[in-house]
Amino acid sequence: MLALRNIWSIYKREMKAFFLSPIAYVIVIAFVFLAMLLCFWLGNILDSGDSSLSYSFFPYALIIMSMLAPAVAMRLWSDEHRDGTIELLLTMPAEPWHAIFGKFLAACSVWILALALCFPIVMTISYLGDPDPGPIWGGFLGAFFHAAACIAITMAVSAFTRSQVTCLIIAWAICLPLTFLGFPPLIPGMKDILGETGTTLLQSISPMKYALEMGKGFIRFSDVLLFVSICTVGLLITSIAIRARRA
Amino acid sequence: MIKVTNLSKRFGSKLAVDDLSFEVGKGEVLGFLGPNGAGKSTTMRMITGFIEPSAGSISVGGIDILKDPIRAKAKIGYLPENAPLYRDMTVVGFLKFVADLRGLTGGAKSQAVDKALETCFLEPVRHQSVDTLSKGYRHRTCLAQSILHDPEILILDEPTDGLDPNQKREVRNLIKRLGETRTVIFSTHILEEVEAACTRAIVIDHGHLVADGTPTELKSTGQSGRSLRVRIAGRHGGELVRELKSVEGISAVESVEEGTDYLVGRIRPGRNVGPYALAEAVSDYCHVNGLRIQEISREEGRLDEVFEGLTS
Repeated sequence: MLALRNIWSIYKREMKAFFLSPIAYVIVIAFVFLAMLLCFWLGNILDSGDSSLSYSFFPYALIIMSMLAPAVAMRLWSDEHRDGTIELLLTMPAEPWHAIFGKFLAACSVWILALALCFPIVMTISYLGDPDPGPIWGGFLGAFFHAAACIAITMAVSAFTRSQVTCLIIAWAICLPLTFLGFPPLIPGMKDILGETGTTLLQSISPMKYALEMGKGFIRFSDVLLFVSICTVGLLITSIAIRARRA
Repeated sequence: MIKVTNLSKRFGSKLAVDDLSFEVGKGEVLGFLGPNGAGKSTTMRMITGFIEPSAGSISVGGIDILKDPIRAKAKIGYLPENAPLYRDMTVVGFLKFVADLRGLTGGAKSQAVDKALETCFLEPVRHQSVDTLSKGYRHRTCLAQSILHDPEILILDEPTDGLDPNQKREVRNLIKRLGETRTVIFSTHILEEVEAACTRAIVIDHGHLVADGTPTELKSTGQSGRSLRVRIAGRHGGELVRELKSVEGISAVESVEEGTDYLVGRIRPGRNVGPYALAEAVSDYCHVNGLRIQEISREEGRLDEVFEGLTS
């Protein structure tokens, strides 16, 4: 009860912080615009006949996401360190994990909104063809998990630094390569250089691969578990970093 | 209410707090004195549960902060050094957020927020963004969050830092008033503040406790506090100065006024000579030499002198 109350209070504060400043609007609009643009331009949705969106939309959306999700999460702890508010937060009758969870859920909510605002692409594809809703829903679920993973990674980085810029650069250095390893248009090139086994091996560490699998309509327990594990590890590292800074 | 036992804190190779023990009871306002870097903030951060001690224990209202931090923290109101605030919030929004975390809801929440705004004179800026506030208002906003839930224990780290003289006085009076029914610890390096607001003061230096007592007791430990102001008649003033200097237990005699038949002056004690022993030495000398003591009183001590003696 206490935990829920604290998580909710911190969640509300973070949501207000996102939406009272331009940051969330800028990121959500940039994401929706760029994801649509790439879908029509590089994804070539009108000619590809891809009614599941898993080739023309999601791969590009996830690349944009891996650039923009860290921008949502970078301030979560670095601002607390910079402004000293962490001292207020952690001397309230709340456990550190209440704050970690509240902040994580708030950043995830921004991405639920961003993904929800991609509805025009779903309407377009429904108007043009007769898509199977399963893969589309699966794709969005995968995209959400992918966003959550990027947020958890960024949040862990932000717990170590008081600078948002440092946090953003380090988070990009982790999220972007991991995402690109699973980016379908790069796979033929990777196979030429690394061979079949090497490519499969590298691909298997990319969260994008598992997110796109969901877009094919298979929601496997192991894939969900993978994303839940990435998020859990991210939040645990955050908690350890916060504890270490207080020790 | 607060019991600190053998508290130590080590940062790498530096020992910031070294085996510190003290107690503060209800109705006490404890001034926490010491030069910068003495370990004041570190100690306060440990009492509030923000950082963990390397050794020792802290009990807050009978609850061990390390064993049951949530219940202990609920009893404490804390104003951290530099009064940190969420810059993207309004004053009232920030206080409501703190009230949420303090478990206040509904009518109790708005009542507590209104009361804190009123107590800290924040009414004129209640809907203003924290980012646009002056330093004084920011400080008071942070002070308001510390008293919001009417805590039994208040820990204030330099509560008057950055305030103008009027605001300083207001905050001091507030601390005094709050201290009547609560336990207050506040740190400062402004010595007048200790005299104005504290019932007790402790001085720490290099993480050690070097003095503990009421402001009056502390003042009396300095050389000024042990000195005597006298008017002695019976001989020429200049002569009396010379004579008194040679008396055992007297280290110096400062003349204030020298007459043909009297001396008004300050008599400083020698090392380890208390004010009573000094008075006895003076009166014995006068008695034996046929001098008349017309006035004798103890000098008002100076806290800055005591502070300097203890921490340099």
